[in-house]
Amino acid sequence: MINKIPFNKFYKLFNVISFIMIFLSIILLLFKGLNFGVDFKGGTLIELRVTDKSITITNLRDSLNQINLGDVTVKKFGKEKDYLIKFEKKDFNNPNFINEIKSKLTTSLGNNFEFRRVENVGPKVSSELLKSGIIAISLSLAAMLIYIWIRFEWQFSLGAIVALFHDVIITLGIFSLFSLEINLSIVAAVLTIVGYSMNDTVVIFDRVRENLKKYSDIKIFELSNISINETLSRTIITSVTTLLALFSIFFFGGEILKGFSLAMILGVFFGTYSSIYIANPILVSLKVSQKTILKEDKD
Amino acid sequence: MLYFSKIRIFLITIFTLFFVYIFLSNFIKSDDLFFSKKINLGLDLQGGSYLLLEIDNAPVITQKLQNSIPSFKKYFKEKKIDLKNFKISEDKFLIFEAKEEDILQIKEILEAKEDNLINNYYPRFKAHKFDFVEKNNLFKLSFSKYGLIEIKDALQNQALETIRRRVDEIGTNEPNIIKRGSDRIVVELPGLDDPSRIKNLLGKTANLSFRFIIQGSEETFGSEKLIFEDGSESNAIVSKRIILSGENLIDAKPSMDSETNETVVNFTLDRVGAKRFGKATTKGIGKRLAIVLDGKIISAPVVRDAIVSGSGQISGDFTFQSATDLALLLRSGALPAPLNIIEERTVGPDLGQDSINAGIAALIIGFLLVIFFMIFKYKIFGIIADTALILNLFLLVGILTLFEATLTLPGIAGIILTVGMAVDANVLIFERIKEELKNENNQLVAFDSGYEKSKSAVIDANITTLLAAIILFFMGSGPVKGFSVTLGVGIFTTLFSVYFIARLLTSIYVIKNKKKEKLI
Repeated sequence: MINKIPFNKFYKLFNVISFIMIFLSIILLLFKGLNFGVDFKGGTLIELRVTDKSITITNLRDSLNQINLGDVTVKKFGKEKDYLIKFEKKDFNNPNFINEIKSKLTTSLGNNFEFRRVENVGPKVSSELLKSGIIAISLSLAAMLIYIWIRFEWQFSLGAIVALFHDVIITLGIFSLFSLEINLSIVAAVLTIVGYSMNDTVVIFDRVRENLKKYSDIKIFELSNISINETLSRTIITSVTTLLALFSIFFFGGEILKGFSLAMILGVFFGTYSSIYIANPILVSLKVSQKTILKEDKD
Repeated sequence: MLYFSKIRIFLITIFTLFFVYIFLSNFIKSDDLFFSKKINLGLDLQGGSYLLLEIDNAPVITQKLQNSIPSFKKYFKEKKIDLKNFKISEDKFLIFEAKEEDILQIKEILEAKEDNLINNYYPRFKAHKFDFVEKNNLFKLSFSKYGLIEIKDALQNQALETIRRRVDEIGTNEPNIIKRGSDRIVVELPGLDDPSRIKNLLGKTANLSFRFIIQGSEETFGSEKLIFEDGSESNAIVSKRIILSGENLIDAKPSMDSETNETVVNFTLDRVGAKRFGKATTKGIGKRLAIVLDGKIISAPVVRDAIVSGSGQISGDFTFQSATDLALLLRSGALPAPLNIIEERTVGPDLGQDSINAGIAALIIGFLLVIFFMIFKYKIFGIIADTALILNLFLLVGILTLFEATLTLPGIAGIILTVGMAVDANVLIFERIKEELKNENNQLVAFDSGYEKSKSAVIDANITTLLAAIILFFMGSGPVKGFSVTLGVGIFTTLFSVYFIARLLTSIYVIKNKKKEKLI
């Protein structure tokens, strides 16, 4: 048994911390809510690039406010001259709507800008997208539950699923805390997090089960620690390579992928953490022992 | 686990080389390659416009119910059954009253399965065209689920054809027009950065009719008040009797009227249309003939002579552009129902190019970081894992190319993520081998059991990600779907590259160097 780190000494401490984080995340999600982008809220998004550097965000905001679009938000988007404009669109069926905005902006700003991207999502589509996003995440959780149920005993399934919920809730909680935008790619990120977190937990559980068969005299509290340590270098190396890939998307992959890669980075971090500090303590508190897996084998 | 037969080595090499070749064919610009497929770029990468259109079925369904009243009347009259008080309710029910003694017979007719002419039976769905309820001699009919499907299908097909004609007329580059669901149509227009003209054209039903304006009260057929498109007059009373409709048009072109110097639209009628137009204009000299498009009067000239040539002219307050568009709409025919644009996403070409550049930069940097990290961590086995990783990337892109999958920006992110996660399998195996070596002196045995014992963890790890990718594929749309495709295909190429390529290289290396101490 290799140079052991006593992870199990901190089970209690980190459980309390996780519990507080989940509690805070739920509070945030309930009371502050998520900052849904046009994909899920409906409305219009325009990515605009100014070619004249003297145009400031204030200029832009003032000229947009003159057009009477309702509640318009303007913010910087990556590079200095790129801006993201969002508003809830009213007359959805006017096909010239975008052109009208463009010509009105030309009157006040001159011909010094271009629309790089325009997205219009009607209320019907956005509510459908939201619904299918929620269904997709629920389905993936259910699929994982079934998968691990088939692969392991129920104590393991419970541990893995609680760890999954932990990761998803805290990631969403952080998005709520910093008002980061939730769009379609974030749903993709959350699903990938679910897969990744599960993967990480399963690798450790696989080892726990193997060790349970091997050592009948070691208690699960100690045994989980052995298993975590034995798989630790794999856990670290895989997290590092995945994070290397994700950070390169975050820093070099352009603005559009920022939210996606950030969600994934958080997910990898919490996924790795929860495999050790959520999934394993649950095995301990459920008093998993050699009998647990032997009983299952007899059935 | 370390043994490979010659035939297996041969197959692995051929398979890998084939996909490397396909991968490379993306970058070679040559026509004489025997394989010339290229990966499709999504609209978010090549720039272009995505429009989701919804067909407004409601008025058509009401109209269909309305149209079925005469056939009901006629059919039951022949059977000597008296029905009365036909009406269409707000919530789309066809309602009629019957006599007490006829109720049973009517029900029998409506429920018949063989040769039911009035309420068609679809054996395939085990359902009738209409569902009905009867209460106090009052029948309430509505289209059944399958009756509605039939109507919606027909509408969707017709709308698709008309949209295709209109889009083709504009001549955009390789448009992609497909049905979605029962009442929606997706229009993808690569390379188009300002879709306003197309949106304008698709937003018009283009129902054209020629009808007389009523000055006195001579009309018995019914009339309605319509407004003028250009506001030159406020409104006029127009007969409901349609002399000509858009269906009778065989051609329409914008042109310049030599006398007035105005832009006009010239049209040509088919034989039936020409005859009817000739007859109507002969009788109607001195009257005003309204040209009505989508419920608005475009113009209403006074008929001076009988027009028997089968061609005519529409004047109005046209610019050359609007005349061109009107001619286009008339040529391509009317939509069966109004369309609403419920989603639009347009990406300009330079943003697309920027996204490609950023995606490729992130891919190369992420790739290099992972490669160096693996060499740093595992030395010679790092190089083996890296070789597998590079070939994995070739396989992944090769397969996407072979199946002509669409690569989107999130799809590129999926590839980068695959790069990061693909090494996991090799890491699991190498770490396991290291552990095995602690208790095993024979290196060959340790390598063998390392591969064997890590197998379940590797498979588990990949199945979980695959499950997420599959769900995303079925639930996601557009660019996100592209992500699920690369992630999902990436799992298979990863397993191949780990268990065939990396294992083959490992076996060659280990067998050659089995005398050396501490291989890994």
